[in-house]
Amino acid sequence: MREAVQTGRHFWYGNIAIAEGAIAAGCRFFAGYPITPASEIAEHVSRRFPEIGGMFVQFEDELASIAAILGASWAGAKSMTATSGPGFSLMQENIGLGIMMEVPTVIVNVQRGGPSTGLPTLTAQGDVMQTKWGSHGPYEIIALSPDSPQEAFNVTIRCFNLAEKYRVPVVLLTSETVGHSAGKVVVPPEDAIEIVERKKPKVPVGEYAPYKPDEDLIPPMACAGEGYAFTTTGLTHNEKGYPDTTAETQEKLIRRLNDKIRSHLGDIVDVTEENMEDADIAVVSYGQVSRPAKKAVEMARENGIKAGSIKLTTIWPFAEHIIHKWAKQVEYFIVPELNYGQIYLEVKREAAGEAKTLLIPRMGGELITPTEIYNEIERMSKR
Amino acid sequence: MNTQTTAESEQHPIEKWLRSERMPHMWCAGCGVGPTLYAWIRAPDRVGIPREKVVYVSGIGCCGRGSGYLNVDGFHTTHGRAIPFAIGLKLARPELCVSVISGDGDLFSIGGNHFIHACRRNVDLLVICTNNFIYGMTGGQLAPTTLLGDRATTAPYGNVEPSFSTPHLADAAGAVYVARWTSIHLRRLEKSIAEALQMKGFRYIEVLSPCPVNYGRRNKLPEPDDIAEWFRQSSVIRNGANTSEISIEKGKPLILGDFVKRTGKPTFYEVMKELEGRVKPR
Repeated sequence: MREAVQTGRHFWYGNIAIAEGAIAAGCRFFAGYPITPASEIAEHVSRRFPEIGGMFVQFEDELASIAAILGASWAGAKSMTATSGPGFSLMQENIGLGIMMEVPTVIVNVQRGGPSTGLPTLTAQGDVMQTKWGSHGPYEIIALSPDSPQEAFNVTIRCFNLAEKYRVPVVLLTSETVGHSAGKVVVPPEDAIEIVERKKPKVPVGEYAPYKPDEDLIPPMACAGEGYAFTTTGLTHNEKGYPDTTAETQEKLIRRLNDKIRSHLGDIVDVTEENMEDADIAVVSYGQVSRPAKKAVEMARENGIKAGSIKLTTIWPFAEHIIHKWAKQVEYFIVPELNYGQIYLEVKREAAGEAKTLLIPRMGGELITPTEIYNEIERMSKR
Repeated sequence: MNTQTTAESEQHPIEKWLRSERMPHMWCAGCGVGPTLYAWIRAPDRVGIPREKVVYVSGIGCCGRGSGYLNVDGFHTTHGRAIPFAIGLKLARPELCVSVISGDGDLFSIGGNHFIHACRRNVDLLVICTNNFIYGMTGGQLAPTTLLGDRATTAPYGNVEPSFSTPHLADAAGAVYVARWTSIHLRRLEKSIAEALQMKGFRYIEVLSPCPVNYGRRNKLPEPDDIAEWFRQSSVIRNGANTSEISIEKGKPLILGDFVKRTGKPTFYEVMKELEGRVKPR
């Protein structure tokens, strides 16, 4: 039997690194539907799961795929699906159910150009805001974005850990560029990989209430077949999981669903700050754009410009405390992204009154080059 | 959850299956959902399936609310998605006894695609449809099961669309057990559910179910028991009937019975485990 964790050095596409990261994190249930540019993840999982006792199902559509991974999670499995824009749109329905029922699961969105069928084979970062609020209602979600195959592997494991810890669907928001670029991926020994499991109930069966939170606002989670005879619903519900469609219960529940994420920003938010100590200009980037952004900052430093880089690995919840902190020091934030301004607006909001924010937009299709970012840094440095 | 202190011998046999603290339930007088659930919760005891293993997944609508009233692991999911949600549960924990009990709009309109593919894959599920010919909870709109000529709030001049014969659909898509009863044929329904629970694979039971308020009232069957009386007078039990000849028409016999029993067809889980055995180096 092949090892689940492929310890060693590999040359993998980002999409393969995601599939292997999921397996290393303990994912043993995958449901999906073919879509460019995400299909390699399902293909790889369909090959690997029979070797390690996982369950792979290619469903009739994305609506079914995400419903199935929620069900599998309630049966105790770590579960995942992978898709791209059009499929991600279809999944919004049960992302909402996952939020409401508080189901740990991971949804990979390998972004391509949109709206609609858009640019199936070319890259984009247009689904950032859809990831935050694509399903209806006020909620908080967790989304991470890797810049390379190695980071895709690492971040996939972290997605599972955060999903289990916070009882929330976590979105791995990557893109065609990362999914289809190959690079070195080092897989550590199995015992060096940190794995987080969901909290289980510690009370007797008769006293268990599936939505009674601990002090951290996260309720312990029983699974089907464990004897707790619990009920859960997408309707507004009380701590017992019973439908209770009153304004009071809605207020209490939705506040908690949001606050269990917002009150743990320090734990969830992962950013990399480079050359920021004396920076006047900060380039804020995420995903594949972090790589040209890093290069552009290096070019600026070589030319004596005090530029720094803030790379967001956690997209949602937004790193507002980080931007707020640097806004007091820098004069400009520059935000290059493959859309017409999404994270830009978040940065601008946090920088308001302290620093100016500049967008380098690209609608998708191709990357922004280091020179294009550098040129904006240089232009701002002369103001 | 059950806080009743009555000795078990003094309890009603279904007491342990109910979340009594949630009563009274929300269904209208004359509704067929309650009797259907009554038959379903009596069946596991008949065939020796422990309550801890019984899982109820429902979609949206009147019948969807059933999962919150019964004292089993219950999942009230999204509209149309009960079947794929249940597939995830069952495949990840195959020792569970998973039933989907939902309405005709949920299972055959918004969820129709999932139904036929679950039949095709032969996923190990029991699916029970309480077919009341209408969208009850949302106020009496047209369903894919509404009979020709019937009135609905979105078909004020009468329905012009042909309706699905759901047992025929299940049979054609490959279900291993297909039956139809009504909610007044309680003993036969309970026996049918018990039989289905002992089989493996995709099993389907349609339960014709009165909706006096949103169907009967608009279709000349206004009193709580008018639809039940229609069922009583028109029902003909014909086990093994050809499912292509049992579509429902007013003024004609309602054909009930167990129509399909296929044996020896491997379930999706069995096929996947067999595949795993071939792939895994021993």
